[in-house]
Amino acid sequence: MKIFERFLHIDRRIIFVLIFIGVALPLIWTLGFNLEVTENVQSVYDLLEGLEPGTRILISFDYGPSTKPEIQPMAIALMEQAFTNRIRIIAIALWPMGVQMCNEAFEKVSAEYPNIEYGIDFINLGYKVGGMVTINHMAKDFRSTFPTDAGGNPVDEFPIMKGIKNFDKLGCVISLSAGDPGLKQWVMIAHDTFGKPVCGGTTAVQAPIMLAYVNEQQQLVGLLGGLKGAAEYELLVNKPGFATKGMDAQSVAHIIIIIFILIGNIGYFATRKQDIMKA
Amino acid sequence: MRRQIPMLITFFVGTLIIVSEFIPHKPFGTLSTSLEGWFLIISGFAIILGQLSLFKVNIIKISRKAPNWPYYIIALVSFSIMVICGILWGTQKQPGLIPISDKMLNFFGYKPFDYIFKYMFENLSATMFSLLAFFMASASYRAFRARSPESTLLLVAAVLVMLGRTTIGSSLTGWIPESLSFLHLPNIASFIMKYPNTAGQRAILMCAGLGVIGSSLRIILGIERSYLGGK
Amino acid sequence: MEILMHRIGIWIGVFLTFAIFSFLYKDNPFYKIAEQIFIGISAGYWFIYTIYNILIPNLFVPVTTDLAHNFLLLIPAFLGILMLCRLIPSIDWVSRYALAVVVGTTAGLFFKSYLQSDVLNQLTATIINPFASGNAAQIIGELILIIGTLTGIIYFFFSKKHEGAFGTTARVGIYFLMISFGAAFGYTVMSRISLLIGRLNFLLGDWLGIIKP
Repeated sequence: MKIFERFLHIDRRIIFVLIFIGVALPLIWTLGFNLEVTENVQSVYDLLEGLEPGTRILISFDYGPSTKPEIQPMAIALMEQAFTNRIRIIAIALWPMGVQMCNEAFEKVSAEYPNIEYGIDFINLGYKVGGMVTINHMAKDFRSTFPTDAGGNPVDEFPIMKGIKNFDKLGCVISLSAGDPGLKQWVMIAHDTFGKPVCGGTTAVQAPIMLAYVNEQQQLVGLLGGLKGAAEYELLVNKPGFATKGMDAQSVAHIIIIIFILIGNIGYFATRKQDIMKA
Repeated sequence: MRRQIPMLITFFVGTLIIVSEFIPHKPFGTLSTSLEGWFLIISGFAIILGQLSLFKVNIIKISRKAPNWPYYIIALVSFSIMVICGILWGTQKQPGLIPISDKMLNFFGYKPFDYIFKYMFENLSATMFSLLAFFMASASYRAFRARSPESTLLLVAAVLVMLGRTTIGSSLTGWIPESLSFLHLPNIASFIMKYPNTAGQRAILMCAGLGVIGSSLRIILGIERSYLGGK
Repeated sequence: MEILMHRIGIWIGVFLTFAIFSFLYKDNPFYKIAEQIFIGISAGYWFIYTIYNILIPNLFVPVTTDLAHNFLLLIPAFLGILMLCRLIPSIDWVSRYALAVVVGTTAGLFFKSYLQSDVLNQLTATIINPFASGNAAQIIGELILIIGTLTGIIYFFFSKKHEGAFGTTARVGIYFLMISFGAAFGYTVMSRISLLIGRLNFLLGDWLGIIKP
């Protein structure tokens, strides 16, 4: 029975090492498991596919480097789809680090689309503090919230901003969000107050609660949840990238954690039975 | 003067914002839009206050030689370097006080502010949060026990979602015939997320929402005053 | 030279990554140094972006270029300065005026938005006809959704003792909440592992070059 007691007292450093190896090895030698697209991810894709070329959409970069592995692949895949379909992107950030995340994604994607021009097909308007209040203000008076782009140039200089005074001329709003302010605030204001279709991508931590907004009311049209959501989107736009590559490592790490949970429970029940018998 | 006037301002502003949602015409609509614009600027100052406060607290700790005080010098130096680089040479899109020379730009590949962000901050930030992967694995091994019906439900849901939301889940049950597709792990995970999970999260959302509404009313009516500080 | 600085940058990143990972063994000076650098850079970044992206375009430029049309902006500027007075203990109370505007605006907007989004719309999304679709799985699912939401709400009603039929209903609510927490846990694991994947991608790709970054 000693073995079951050992099951309960595995050194945490062993778990750490196994997790490290379990994530590292599949990144080197890929396993190539199948990836299936879920309904919520498909809805986001369909929403963008349904927009006319030339339509302007707003993407809010509400995250930073701490969640970059999960959300940056979504940003890249969404930009790929938008630029392929000639949809124009107005980017903003409710998180200060979102400005840099947006620039990095744009630099990566625009290299493949030489026709895309800053100010015509894409603009980064920079960071604004204030979360929900700022979104509400933007919806009533976009220009006074964003008088300049991230580089300090007046927005009137850019053709992409022509006629943008509120949310009326936007095809939809997308929030790539790692917390507050983020997707929830966009749902509350952009959709529930001003009736704009809203969709987005979140960290996996946020996804379960945000799913409550994907409902009959269409508060959220669709949702990309975590690295899996990003990988599904990469599959849809046919541009496998970091998220797709990471899915094998994700699977192996989950299996290791599940095995440890099982070991812990086997140890718990075996020793409990032993204690009952002793009593 | 020190408490009553701020409470009156809160009441006036809060009421105005609520009223303007129902009567969006002049003067309510214009006033609330202006207030929201002001909010943005005041919040900007609040952030500056936060950073200056951090600076002040660190200086106090260093001057009083608090435990681990030498480390606070590092925080102050990092903060100062970042601010100086940002002010002098600007950020990626924003010009600073001094135009950055081509020589410097070719040397770093980026502006100094962006170089620090890319190579230091991004790595620090991402690693800090990735540490949690190890602790979550260790904690789930130690704490996840099927001790009661409730904890068993929690455990089973977690395992099914963990399997169903990865590619291995699709492969494990990929052989299941179409007629039994509801047993396919990704479908089970989707069902859990769409129905029981949403039910639980929705109950939490609605109850927390009622809590926020109650708190907002208490603040506007001056019953809740803790934000004013003091006694 | 640019490539050299890139390599140096990668090595700095690697050093900082391992300095933080060293916490897995135990707290140590390398971790503490990395932690303080993180705090300092983070605060500095926020400071600079607040000035460049908010205070300059939304306040200084409009006021300095066209004061006649933007003189009202002097009010939030004044309130902002009052906010900064919080740093001076003898007059820190004046910051309450600015704080009152911020808190009042937030409370007003939260009142309306949470009522609409998290209470009314969520309630409307729950009160659905579960039998509208012909699909058995969907009917079962939607019944679960309705029962789960209502029993979950009953669980959070603490003004009545949880006993009898009320207690049983609340207990059903707990089961749904437990499934939610389980699902949330599964997703949280997923999230944290993703971040680790990002780190290992940096170490194996950008640093060691074993994989394509």
